Amino acid sequence: MPAGMRRIVLPLLGIGVLLPFVPLLLWAFSARWFYPDPFPGQWGMRAWRYLWGPAGGYIVSALAASIGLSAAVALLSVLIGIPAGRFLGLYRFRGKWLVLLLVLLPIIVPPFTVAMGLHLWFLKLGLAETVAGVILSHLTVCLPYAVFVLWGVFSRYNPEFEDQARSLGVGRWLIWRRVMLPLIGPGVIIAALFAFLLSWGQYLATLIIGGGRVVTLPIVLFALIGGSDRPVAAVVSLLLVMPAMAALLISARSLGRRGMIGIW
Amino acid sequence: MRLRLRASTRLKAGIGAILALGPTLTIVVGLFGGGLVLGALQSLGHFSAAGMEGPTLRYIDAVLTDPDLWRSTLLTVYVAGAATVMAAVIGLIAAVAIDGLGRRHTLFFFVFQIPLTIPHLVIAVSMLFLLAPSGLISRIAAALGLIESAAQFPLMVTDAAGIGIILTYVWKEVPFIALMVLSVLKSGVNDLLDVGRTLNAGPWQRWRMIMLPMITPALGAACLIVFAYNFAAFEVPYLLGRTYPMLLPVWAWRQYSDVDLMARPSGIATGLLIASMVIAAALSATLLVRLTGSRRGASG
Repeated sequence: MPAGMRRIVLPLLGIGVLLPFVPLLLWAFSARWFYPDPFPGQWGMRAWRYLWGPAGGYIVSALAASIGLSAAVALLSVLIGIPAGRFLGLYRFRGKWLVLLLVLLPIIVPPFTVAMGLHLWFLKLGLAETVAGVILSHLTVCLPYAVFVLWGVFSRYNPEFEDQARSLGVGRWLIWRRVMLPLIGPGVIIAALFAFLLSWGQYLATLIIGGGRVVTLPIVLFALIGGSDRPVAAVVSLLLVMPAMAALLISARSLGRRGMIGIW
Repeated sequence: MRLRLRASTRLKAGIGAILALGPTLTIVVGLFGGGLVLGALQSLGHFSAAGMEGPTLRYIDAVLTDPDLWRSTLLTVYVAGAATVMAAVIGLIAAVAIDGLGRRHTLFFFVFQIPLTIPHLVIAVSMLFLLAPSGLISRIAAALGLIESAAQFPLMVTDAAGIGIILTYVWKEVPFIALMVLSVLKSGVNDLLDVGRTLNAGPWQRWRMIMLPMITPALGAACLIVFAYNFAAFEVPYLLGRTYPMLLPVWAWRQYSDVDLMARPSGIATGLLIASMVIAAALSATLLVRLTGSRRGASG
């Protein structure tokens, strides 16, 4: 592409990405903003103070619930996903294509269709309207995603390092801790981050299985959109953005300085 | 002795496979597969609110013969397709613009990747704040004197053309498509373009004969994945779409959550219909990559 055209295209892309954050930030820090004014008539922190005040308690507890739930889903996804990813990445075996198909399908099938089928069963098992039930329903998407990422990580992993350590008399636990984990560490972090984010943004599956009893941040945001308090809805939206931004920063860090460019 | 050894190592490998893959497969087959199977049974009338009814095609029939189904399907195909085409065109331009950028553009790379991690519903909300009749763009237009009141602002959310939904998907998906195309561009297309140049191929010829065949499999697969997502996602059309006709996922939810519990099996059936269409799109994506890949392998 000619340099002149690139000088137009790149800034346009950057502006396009950042534009949707403008109304969110304006609303989140506005105290009064009537219609024809292009900017808030009065700036303020009212919406943020509301969050920490007595009336905003439900938002803070939804934030805590979301963090705990997504962290649990990410942790489980990685713990269950590492052995599976290792096996898929290192070994060839008969029927591997079937396993890969089984791992890929849940990534593309919308989780709410699965949750609709699971609800009645979960009701009988006592899992409906519980955090455990919602974690299980999120796992149906997040675990396959983590396995998929970890499979890629382990297909670039050289198990001969483990043999070398073993020949030096190192025990199995120490090999895992000092040989395997440092080598796959960045990939594991990426898998955990994406499992976390995938769970973090779920709305309908949480609503179906949680039945309104498990209140996460997306559930609160949907309720707020129906109301009229735009500044508070903007603040909750920004709360939902924060881990996504943090994940991008961490993944850039954990992949190393050249990591972000290395993807390209 | 040798045979026994072999048998024991095979047994060990088998146990290893079960320990490694077992938990994952239990969750995928039990919860994901189980969810779909139980959903199918419910849409056939099993365990319905009216008690055990035994298999009936009543609910599936109700879904398939509803004239609104085709209306909703067409609208969904249009919205998902329009968003995919726009994201593909912009993503392609972005990939070409980004290819060969130096390392000092770290900030741009960071900004460009932001949409990959932001939840859909946040962007749907910000589109609402941006495009609604009382949104930011309308306010700026009013301040500039372009319109006199919010009522004059063209409808871009809950509109017939689905503009807000489409823009949300495009915003989310441009970096994804650009990344998929870039991964091909990085794998030696530039060298081939140089070869074309030394053979006196013009820009159009280089694009037609080298660039396009090289990026088609990746671009096609990326487009099908994006289309499948747009087709099946709920949050964005629920927030930005009209109440009639609805997009398929919203329609499935409306039936499922109807106060009339008899509508629930139909809602599940609609959900399964969406799931099977998405699976069909994914399988054709795999086939597309396979076919073009093997053809390239055969000719090269």
